[in-house]
Amino acid sequence: MQPGGSAGTVRTRQYRFSPPDGFLLENGESLREITLAYETYGRLNPDKTNAILIFHALSGDAHAAGFHPGDRKPGWWDAMIGPGKAFDTDKYFIVCSNVLGGCKGSTGPSSINPKTQRPYGLSFPMISIGDMAACQKQLVDHLGIGKLLSIAGGSMGGMQVLAWLTKYPERIRSAIPISTAMRHSPQQIAFNEVGRQAIMADRDWRSGNYYGGHPPARGLSLARMIGHITYMSDQSMETKFGRQRKEKFKPFKFGADFEVEGYLHYHGQNFVKRFDANSYLYITRAMDNFDAAEGKPLQEVLKGVEARVLVIAFKSDWLYPAYQTKEIVKACKLSGVEASCCEIDSTYGHDAFLLEVEEETNLIAHFLKKALNGHEVTGEYEI
Amino acid sequence: MKSDLARLDHRIISDFVDPRSSVLDLGCGEGELLDYLAKEKGVRGQGIEINEQAIYKCVAKGVNVLHGDLDTGLSEYLDNSFNFVILNQSLQQIRNVETVLLDSVRVGEKVIVGFPNFAHIGSRLQLFFKGRAPVTPSLPYQWYESPNLHFLSILDFFDYCGEKGLKIERSAFLGNKRRVRMFPNLFAGIGIFLIS
Repeated sequence: MQPGGSAGTVRTRQYRFSPPDGFLLENGESLREITLAYETYGRLNPDKTNAILIFHALSGDAHAAGFHPGDRKPGWWDAMIGPGKAFDTDKYFIVCSNVLGGCKGSTGPSSINPKTQRPYGLSFPMISIGDMAACQKQLVDHLGIGKLLSIAGGSMGGMQVLAWLTKYPERIRSAIPISTAMRHSPQQIAFNEVGRQAIMADRDWRSGNYYGGHPPARGLSLARMIGHITYMSDQSMETKFGRQRKEKFKPFKFGADFEVEGYLHYHGQNFVKRFDANSYLYITRAMDNFDAAEGKPLQEVLKGVEARVLVIAFKSDWLYPAYQTKEIVKACKLSGVEASCCEIDSTYGHDAFLLEVEEETNLIAHFLKKALNGHEVTGEYEI
Repeated sequence: MKSDLARLDHRIISDFVDPRSSVLDLGCGEGELLDYLAKEKGVRGQGIEINEQAIYKCVAKGVNVLHGDLDTGLSEYLDNSFNFVILNQSLQQIRNVETVLLDSVRVGEKVIVGFPNFAHIGSRLQLFFKGRAPVTPSLPYQWYESPNLHFLSILDFFDYCGEKGLKIERSAFLGNKRRVRMFPNLFAGIGIFLIS
């Protein structure tokens, strides 16, 4: 167990904004009004120089740390955020927002379309990782923060880090992309597509018009099961389940005999309770479409970026393999961006970014300290 | 290598480096040299290191460090990306010395190389009288645990630079606690060269 305390009892807030001409999306369509769910931990200092924005992964939400009243389970990155932890809430002001297109309090396909007063469903416009970043920038403006001390996130959260790094470099002093890629490989797209097809093949999906009726539970659950396989590694599955079987009593020949099957079923079914199938379609599509450099070499886009970058990867992560991290690092090298990079030895696969707390803390805590004191330290050498 | 000798080589290298220049340290270890150069000369430093535990130490010092081996780590950089490329105590541990050295000259405007002198009198005496592989302050390892793959003397390096047309702009030779000015190939434990 890591040292450090809890962020305590927290609650999710909502920020609603509706620009006069609507919020223009990258695909040319616009949304009349947008709500973003977000949480904050710690305090913004008077200079507003200690704010850090955290981005969640595909199935995450704004609840990154602490406990909601009455909950026994903390937020998704509670091991990393809190007093004395990597993202030390005694020192930093942490903001985490749910993404556009999500289903945890932010505007997405399950939200009510103000024009029709019915859920958007598939009439929701196609969104991008860039759109998610643009919405987060609105939130940062709203909170009165000029320049963020840092931005951090793993997996799809790391894509948002890269989007900020290329779109709004003047708004950040440092960036921490973790277990991520500047663009998806065909293999990553393929896994997402199988997940989407599982949802759309479910009769209950009804072309996305299932709100008020039965959601496509089997399809979404299957998509999640596929996802979980890709988040683990051969070795972590061996350690966690081996060939352990569940009970001897078998009511059905093809039930969950093995522990690993039970695990996947449990997580699949649980996911249906907390996630919207259409959000899954939109968000995975946004990930597949993402290209941090938009077709150009990334080093060209990063040229002149003054933010320091800390790239973290994990050895057994085969969903976001090390070569993708190396591409990001290479772009930093070629563009002259100050960067640090560590490929942490881990057997947890892609899930490692949520589990290898000690190693990540080691890197991130020091990196942030330097970022916070950076301007003072370099000041010594001026003139 | 945390002896006075190591500190002295850092001081010499710092003397070779221009203030506020950009520096790439290949095999930067725990980042002591880059940390020292940042404090003394205000350099903009970047390290490359293969050892994961050493990376944590670098980050803790606030040193920029990339996890990787020197061969691929270096080749990705554009020509003249740095004012200085430093190979301090890492040259003798690299498999493809020639590739890395010539690539360093390409990536850096100038290159600083520091290595243990195998022809130091201590080594010579141990080899000659004891008949055993030398263990000295600058070559502190037993034969079975040494990370060193190549053993060269100061004269070897002079010859090599001459052969490859590398210009030695400055050099410094270190004894146990001070600089050596006479017969460095015999009395110096460490040679440090600024080449271009």
